[in-house]
Amino acid sequence: MVRFLAAIGAVFLGFLAATGRLAMFAGLALATAFTPPYYLRAILREMINVGYFSLPVVGLTAIFTGMVLALQSYTGFSRFAAEGAVATVVVLSVTRELGPVITGLMVAGRVGAAMAAEIGTMRVTDQIDALTTLSTDPLRYLVLPRLLAGLITLPMLVLVADIIGVFGGYLVGVYRLGFNPEAYLNRTHQYLETNDVVSGLVKAAVFGFIVALMGCYHGYHSRGGAQGVGQATTYAVVSASVLILVFNYLITAAFFGR
Amino acid sequence: MSDCSAASKISVRGLRKSFGRKRVLNGVDIDCDSAESLVIIGGSGTGKSVLVKCIVGLLRPEAGSIRIDGVETVGLGRGARERLVQKFGMLFQGSALFDSLRVWENVAFGLIQGRAMERQAAKEIALAKLEAVGLGPEVGNLWPAELSGGMQKRVALARAIATEPEILFFDEPTTGLDPIMADVINELIVKCVREAGTTAVSITHDLVSARKIADRIAMLHQGRIIWQGPTPDVDHSDNPYVEQFIHGRAEGPIKMEVRAM
Repeated sequence: MVRFLAAIGAVFLGFLAATGRLAMFAGLALATAFTPPYYLRAILREMINVGYFSLPVVGLTAIFTGMVLALQSYTGFSRFAAEGAVATVVVLSVTRELGPVITGLMVAGRVGAAMAAEIGTMRVTDQIDALTTLSTDPLRYLVLPRLLAGLITLPMLVLVADIIGVFGGYLVGVYRLGFNPEAYLNRTHQYLETNDVVSGLVKAAVFGFIVALMGCYHGYHSRGGAQGVGQATTYAVVSASVLILVFNYLITAAFFGR
Repeated sequence: MSDCSAASKISVRGLRKSFGRKRVLNGVDIDCDSAESLVIIGGSGTGKSVLVKCIVGLLRPEAGSIRIDGVETVGLGRGARERLVQKFGMLFQGSALFDSLRVWENVAFGLIQGRAMERQAAKEIALAKLEAVGLGPEVGNLWPAELSGGMQKRVALARAIATEPEILFFDEPTTGLDPIMADVINELIVKCVREAGTTAVSITHDLVSARKIADRIAMLHQGRIIWQGPTPDVDHSDNPYVEQFIHGRAEGPIKMEVRAM
């Protein structure tokens, strides 16, 4: 019995220690934002990498998400003659939930993995130590630009995903399900509130930060050659995905829960 | 052991460092004078790299003192540590070139990012340093992955000397190179160190290299310095450990740990 409790305690203490290490890492990296030098070139490069080059994959997933949403809600709602709600359901689901979550997950797979692999390879080939010996703080040069890029560009990506997702729903609604275009657009506007979009953008900023933090943290602490880098990449994607879903619930509860 | 440590460029006393339960450094005492080239020899896994990483500040020792120019550096704060690192240049075992940057950007990195120099001015210095290690300006625009191992080492050397540091650290400078390229690197190290009057600390298990670049040789074994002396003395050290090492005998007081640790 004691051994059983000790095992639970050990797991819990391990979890707390890991949380502490992560918070320390994030804190130290963010602290470098308040003193010069600033590596604007690196920040810009990461923003283009995270934001611009994610546009195709985010756009594709968003349009199909919007399309399937219209189709599903139509087949569901037609059972109790509520087809008119399709447009509203699509726009609310996309802006509040699916836009940020799908974008976050896609970016975790695309960008988080790349960050962990790149920084992890730099770690195991001594490039991070080399940065230090060249009077450059690796947290400032490698980690901070990625954290900022995630934080800033994810909301922009989600805004694009929202628009494309709603457009996907419109396409299916009008051309497949036979809604009147004008009526569909009116329905889309009618019940949409600013808070629906804003909550989605807040989520996006948090998710972007999570993805970049997980990628950098696991890459930065990888060890043991190719295998270690592979493991870091896996951890980065899995932990970012899980945390995205957890924080998605927490932020939703904070915005809309009572 | 000399007690005139205030005059030494680097003075290490009682340095200890463990990883988990494995004690790697067990009270290392070593000095290095200004403009001296010290080479630390020892078998694989004796903690040579750890010692250098502790001195540079990449690892934090558990106990002991490291004085550079008479100033204690163990436990320095962030800002003081950053100023201290400006005195250092380091050549890493695997070269550790930044593969996302061109060769000249690698060499100029310490100038542009570390010292906030203009890119164009830094590029000129970088090309001059590349020439000093025998690489033409056309190499400057290549990527590190396009270079052979020997050329990467030379670029890494150019990067280490680009900021004209007071102390250079060489981690296994010739490992993995053919004997001729190894000699080229040795010549370059001797040239760079002598010309600029730089203090140099190298670690190697390549005795040809050690004899060529060292003013003084020290041997690290089981986490301690067990012998040190001027380079010619290494051949008549009367120390069974050193004898075994320089003659490369399997039999002797040094027992290789064959079993996995």
